[in-house]
Amino acid sequence: MPDQPHAVLRGVTRVYPGASPIHALGPIDLDIARGEFFAVVGPSGCGKSTLLDVLAGLSAPSAGTIRFEGKPVAGQVPDGVGVVFQEDASFPWLTVRDNVAFGLRRAGVDKAEIARRVEYAVGFMGLRDFAGAYPAQLSGGMRQRVCIARTLVLQPRLILLDEPFGALDQQTRLLMGDELLRLWRETGATVLLITHALDEAAMLSDRVGVMSARPGHFIDLVETHWPRERDSRIVSEAAFGAVTARLWTSLRAESLKAIGRPAET
Amino acid sequence: MTRGGKVLATRVGLIAGSVALLEAACRLHLINPLTLIPPSEMVVALAGMLADGELTGDIMQTFASIGVAFVTAVAAGFVLGAGLHRLPVVRRAIDPLLASWYAVPVFVFYPLLVAVLGLGNLPLIAIGVLAAVPAMMLSTLVGLDRVPRVLRKAARMHRLGPVATVWLVVLPAALPNLFNGLKLALAYAFIGVIAGEFILSTGGLGHGIAYAYEAFDNDAMYGRMLFVLLAAVVANGVLYTLEVRLNRRRGRA
Repeated sequence: MPDQPHAVLRGVTRVYPGASPIHALGPIDLDIARGEFFAVVGPSGCGKSTLLDVLAGLSAPSAGTIRFEGKPVAGQVPDGVGVVFQEDASFPWLTVRDNVAFGLRRAGVDKAEIARRVEYAVGFMGLRDFAGAYPAQLSGGMRQRVCIARTLVLQPRLILLDEPFGALDQQTRLLMGDELLRLWRETGATVLLITHALDEAAMLSDRVGVMSARPGHFIDLVETHWPRERDSRIVSEAAFGAVTARLWTSLRAESLKAIGRPAET
Repeated sequence: MTRGGKVLATRVGLIAGSVALLEAACRLHLINPLTLIPPSEMVVALAGMLADGELTGDIMQTFASIGVAFVTAVAAGFVLGAGLHRLPVVRRAIDPLLASWYAVPVFVFYPLLVAVLGLGNLPLIAIGVLAAVPAMMLSTLVGLDRVPRVLRKAARMHRLGPVATVWLVVLPAALPNLFNGLKLALAYAFIGVIAGEFILSTGGLGHGIAYAYEAFDNDAMYGRMLFVLLAAVVANGVLYTLEVRLNRRRGRA
């Protein structure tokens, strides 16, 4: 990996103004290396999604700076950044194929290139047989794959995923995780994954950032040392248990704090 | 037979059965013929009026008024609804007034409308608009409220500007509710104009029905009533078909 970090956050803070301002996030300092798979775990309401929003340029930080590929992120999603949201963000009035092609058409890419890239993305996500279907005709997992394909087709260099598998059952999540790893390896993109599932973070990531209760900041950064060629079978390895255990050790007290219970000694 | 075919057959059967029952009740004098003529005579009366052109002027006048009232109400309701959606404080302030708009019989404005707009079609159109605007306005508000936030985020992820966001994401997402607004606006415009013709017009189908009623001309009255009924059913049927197509395009039909 080149030395220059792909994304850099310095002193990033987010405060929601109002009669009683809510300090949701930060300060956050973080360097994400090019091509790294970085996951963020933390208790509910700790500001994980807020972190993703400010990194994506979907909302501005109250303080601090964010840089992507050396350029400041301010007020809009930078070129080269793709986001997959927790909720179903497929457009219900478009077929799978048109959903996936949406961004390319907006970008003025020529028709033949759109067709080629859409076919690849639809096939890659296992949606070829459903290319003419509407999202309402698909399962939740398939709709999420449509959203991933819609992001993938834009060939982003940084992919931000906000609990994309949160609504799926455990088996489907494991398989979707495999697909995500395959996507990451084949595209060489940098990935930031927000998740509440420790096993998912441990299985997929090179590094996991553990966030504190609100206002969220990193209390631990765990390196997994997994090989780049990996898949969900890694969950049966002893080292996987050790990583998950460390994540939970770091997180337990914060999770108790988040639900209003004192940390146990 | 498919499920859709069975539904259609049941629907046709129910309508035909009701009409046959009414026909029999009239023919057997279970219903006083001075009160209600048999449906077959209504059809004959309507066909006669259509054939000799007696209804042409009334139809043109009524449907021109309904058309203008509908288009005006849809445009005004959409603009007002979208505007209110952008101004949450104003919206909260007038929400109770908007909700009670339905309870106001717009016909009470008849003297004012005649004084301001004169005798003619304009007061009728105004009544149609006043009756239909709130439906379109509320449907627009509901439609825009129900656009999932994540779709707006997706629009930003694709770096769409404000106009492209509205055109490519917000409007398609709100379309089912906007369509409900169209259906209601048409119904209210229909009711407003035809009911208005009863009380403040010298022409149109509503006036024709009222005139025939006062003249004890049952054939003319029921012939016109049948025409209004059929027109309302056809208009709703067209919108229903469009809605089914819209839903099919979203994989929901």
